[in-house]
Amino acid sequence: MALTPERKQEIAEVAKQIRVDSVRMVHAAACGHPGGPLGMADFMATLWAEHLNIHKGNLHDPKRDRFVLGNGHTCAGYYAALAFKGILPREELLTFRKLGSRLQGHPHRSAEMGIDMSTGSLGTGLSTAQGMALAAKLQGWNETRVYATSSDGESQEGQIWECATSAAHYGLDNLTLLVDFNNIQIDGHMRDVMDVRDLRVKYEAFGWHAVDVDGHDIDAIDAALHAARAETARPSALICHTTLGKGVSFMEDKASWHGVAPNDEEAKLALAELGA
Amino acid sequence: MESPPIKQVATRDAYGEALAQLGAENEKVVVLDADLSGSTRTKAFSKAFPERFFNMGVAEANMAGTAAGLASSGLTVFMSSFAMFAAGKAWEQVRQTVCVPKLNVKICATHAGLTVGEDGKSHQMLEDVTLMRVLPNMTVIVPADGPETHQAIRAAAALDGPVYVRLSRAKTRVVFDDDHSFTIGKGDILRGGSDLAIVACGVAVASALEAADLLAADGIDARVINMATVKPIDGPLIEAAARECGAVLTAEEHQVAGGLGGAVAEHLARTCPVPMDMAGMHDTFGESGDADELLAKYGLDGKSLAARARELMKSRDSMKREA
Repeated sequence: MALTPERKQEIAEVAKQIRVDSVRMVHAAACGHPGGPLGMADFMATLWAEHLNIHKGNLHDPKRDRFVLGNGHTCAGYYAALAFKGILPREELLTFRKLGSRLQGHPHRSAEMGIDMSTGSLGTGLSTAQGMALAAKLQGWNETRVYATSSDGESQEGQIWECATSAAHYGLDNLTLLVDFNNIQIDGHMRDVMDVRDLRVKYEAFGWHAVDVDGHDIDAIDAALHAARAETARPSALICHTTLGKGVSFMEDKASWHGVAPNDEEAKLALAELGA
Repeated sequence: MESPPIKQVATRDAYGEALAQLGAENEKVVVLDADLSGSTRTKAFSKAFPERFFNMGVAEANMAGTAAGLASSGLTVFMSSFAMFAAGKAWEQVRQTVCVPKLNVKICATHAGLTVGEDGKSHQMLEDVTLMRVLPNMTVIVPADGPETHQAIRAAAALDGPVYVRLSRAKTRVVFDDDHSFTIGKGDILRGGSDLAIVACGVAVASALEAADLLAADGIDARVINMATVKPIDGPLIEAAARECGAVLTAEEHQVAGGLGGAVAEHLARTCPVPMDMAGMHDTFGESGDADELLAKYGLDGKSLAARARELMKSRDSMKREA
């Protein structure tokens, strides 16, 4: 089931496009969060290109897969993924965060865009994904898989651990969580603000199938997503170790790029580095 | 002649019955509880339809989000706990994941208000109507009694969108017949009168009727209105009461700030301002005690309401003289 070199290259191109689109969107909005989408681009590309059964033709199919962006502030990358899928026109991306745009500053549930849940308040997304996974089981939608993202910072929210408890209790093997672990939150590095320590061990202790993954290694992410799919009776957590701002040297691992837009000069430099 | 015995039912009991009936009729109905299914009365549903019942343990925030996810997949979700926890602990989750996306989640919260009784202030939720009423997309219902609860639960299930239903632990007086017809957004005139209007919800409706009897003995005709839907409130009914009676007293086992009192005042301030008073909690928490004793202490029994009504009429009449 390993990816062919050609397929891997295609996914890498999708990741690059997500990064380029994210920088353009946040720059055009003159506000927003560039660091997260850049760091998450490789696993978002692998998920959306290779695993997630959501496309233009099945948005209204109740049995399609579901996706919940728990760390909703990173939605520039989500909207870029929807554009990659042809669900959003790429030119609409530059309306991000502007008055009247469908592309709200944090995701708003939309049947027409296939956005399955309103998020933005940390801690809430995973529980909603759990509800979708329970609904799929209850209604016998055996092919439906529910994917949610979260982050190391979001793991400080108590609700995450309420849900970690219940998702294991209900044996939700159709639920997969991808945690963006970049060791940075708004106020600084985790070790200085609030260290969540070893999330794999924590999820394992809660009864999940949990693995550490290099969040920039497309092959490893793909393999981990396949392993999650094969899991029975347990939900899966992929702890994706990433670098905030990945691909733009002056943004990498800098807490200051969590939630600040690049100016014209910085955007130009960033896009040049990304090869846009 | 002896009056017939007063029939008493706890609205939570009526909820449990209505929910189990609904479950039999509609397989899209699922129920979540947070380890209180015996007390909230969702247990009857859980016994009848175990595959559609999810006990979420003592974790209300997670329960609210899970309810939203289930509803987003086309199910009609009832979620229950004590009002303190369903409306209090899970408020932000209800806002973000239920109300923002306008999902079909029906929050049926029991043990609301002073009549929780002996458990005291930690469990006497007196702010839930306010908290839920300010949320866009949310409908708020406070049934007066058992028969109305039956109707309200069916109406909530039929409505597309979030609903908050406030229910009581204690057995309270039944004021409606079983064939009572309840419509979301419509109040009922339970007793005609034009000297003043008493607008009440929940267990305060029985007290309002009692007050009206006491006032009638003094030759005062009080109009008694049951305002079970606090949001959207029945504006025309309140306006007519204000216009025709010239004074409005509200009654609720809840903070008057933002509760029914607040809702009625907001409406009348814009449409037909008249002298008003509000019976309920005035910026204070409750305390342990017997439910009826608490209602009396905090001015929500029939006698206290009648006294408050007389004071309101006095101040209205002196305002008239000054004008």
